[in-house]
Amino acid sequence: MAFVAPKETYSGKVYNVNIGTGDKAISFGSENVLPFHSFEGAVPNKPLIAYEIQDVPPSDWPENVQKPYSSVSGDPVTWAKFCQDSLNAKAIALRLLGTHPDRENRSPEDAAKTVKDVLAAINIPLIILGSNHAEKDAPVLIAAAEVAKDKNCVIGKAQEANYKTIAAAAMANNHKLIAMSELDINLSKQLNILITQMGFDKERLITDPMCSALGYGLEYTYSVMERIRLAALTQNDLTMQPPMLADVGMYVWKIKETQAPESDVPQWGNAEERGIAWEAMTATALLMAGAELLIMRHPKAVEAVGKVIEELNA
Amino acid sequence: MLIIGEKLSIIAKRVREAMMKKDKGPIQEIATRQWKEGSGMIDANIGPAEDGGEELMQWMVTTIQEVVPLPICLDTTNANAIEAGLKVHNNQWGRPLINSTSNDPERFPILELGAKYNAQVIGLTVGKGGLPADAEERAGIAAEIMARAMEYGLPLEDIYLDPLVLQIATSQDHARHVINAISMFREMNDPPMKTVVGLSNISNGCPKTLRPILNKHYFVMLLNAGLTAAIADAHEMAEAVQEKKMIDDVLSGKTLDNAEKMAEITKTIDVIMGKTLYAHSYLEM
Repeated sequence: MAFVAPKETYSGKVYNVNIGTGDKAISFGSENVLPFHSFEGAVPNKPLIAYEIQDVPPSDWPENVQKPYSSVSGDPVTWAKFCQDSLNAKAIALRLLGTHPDRENRSPEDAAKTVKDVLAAINIPLIILGSNHAEKDAPVLIAAAEVAKDKNCVIGKAQEANYKTIAAAAMANNHKLIAMSELDINLSKQLNILITQMGFDKERLITDPMCSALGYGLEYTYSVMERIRLAALTQNDLTMQPPMLADVGMYVWKIKETQAPESDVPQWGNAEERGIAWEAMTATALLMAGAELLIMRHPKAVEAVGKVIEELNA
Repeated sequence: MLIIGEKLSIIAKRVREAMMKKDKGPIQEIATRQWKEGSGMIDANIGPAEDGGEELMQWMVTTIQEVVPLPICLDTTNANAIEAGLKVHNNQWGRPLINSTSNDPERFPILELGAKYNAQVIGLTVGKGGLPADAEERAGIAAEIMARAMEYGLPLEDIYLDPLVLQIATSQDHARHVINAISMFREMNDPPMKTVVGLSNISNGCPKTLRPILNKHYFVMLLNAGLTAAIADAHEMAEAVQEKKMIDDVLSGKTLDNAEKMAEITKTIDVIMGKTLYAHSYLEM
């Protein structure tokens, strides 16, 4: 008798999230199987990779990942256009890092202007991120959400400390919302519940269980993501069915392994290749765990992960 | 079912202050209340008690037994404090219980104390290697504790095996591992091994309104698995016994007329059994 591969069937399905407007709008999520298990069910969309840019020059990034953007990163509009036109980005994630009180402490109005200018220059979807300062993010993301009204952006990140205002702004201006909790599956579920109890549609949420880099706790992120996805699919847990975000770039490009020059650690080899490989490996691991939306930095790492996605979908 | 009153714990501010000031009033008031609510033993948790533990434990034992005719559960990691407590314990009201030994060699002298003073001993099924992963690991550790007890001359009938209840808010899978462990422990000897749990740890870290609901459901499910004793709130457990029939009805697939109660019981059982993921607002979903 011929061998028949065993197949799992699942009771749940990940929500379909569509972002952007016009022909460049794009969807992710919507599968009813574990990542890349297209042999068991429907995988209508591929995971989406967004290029990360920021409102201030990336002087905090290691040189090897600054380099590809050296001629454009002085201005977020030029930078965004470069990602769209030269790198064929499908989406952009604009991090409003300059609003952080310990950085340039830019005002919500300044941040809103940057968002407006970037939106005017591109036609691909935009993810708008705060500086991860719970208190400051609230006014910044409210202003950003308003200026981007009806552009179907992703706003983030709403956390336990600030979700009410940010979720209300995303809801009023027709955006999607990232809900972030800190590596705890039960708190992740709780935050999704609290946000939906405000009247926010759970099908417009994206869950961020908090990312971590390979070698720096990746296994925790992996495990939480995997368990979220299993709860969504096998327990049909409606609160755990939003797609998941892996905010890879910012976690990978701050660790020793992506910064140390070859002259310091010759046994680690070429620093640029090492950094690219580190970002691509971290991202690929989190794709396996169930991430549908990735935010990444190095064009070569994006390319490598894009290839993995193509091959696993083939 | 033996309820060991949990309220005299150093973790509670009022109790801690009374212990520090050697103020008998609050201690005796709380002990008396737990006795009247149905406790068959009183837990005296003095914490690690590295300084003055011996004197403190003796004071606790005599203070409680002055007003309450019950045996005491001597709860501390300080073996000297336990021995001091055993020396003054009034055995006419029942044999004391030592809380606890484990599979950590540092805790073996506790077994010797149990044998020497004719006391019963809680065997916490953890070793030096961290928390047990599942029911099977707990049973493996239990077997080692039992072998060790026999070595020290402590009869197996005097051991209460404790599978270690963990917080459902952070370690959800362990809720059902502990239930399974209770059944497994019982099968490890004839007559069945006695078992005990620190019940309310299940809801530690959960919202206040949720805690009694989780405690009571968990208690009923552990009772059904054959639990012998629980360190718990006697008042809450008396309520649990009253609600047991409803919970058992839902467990056996019946539908209650009271839809709200039905939903509460179903959701709580599902969370305990790991069929739905725990979140603080699980009852609202």
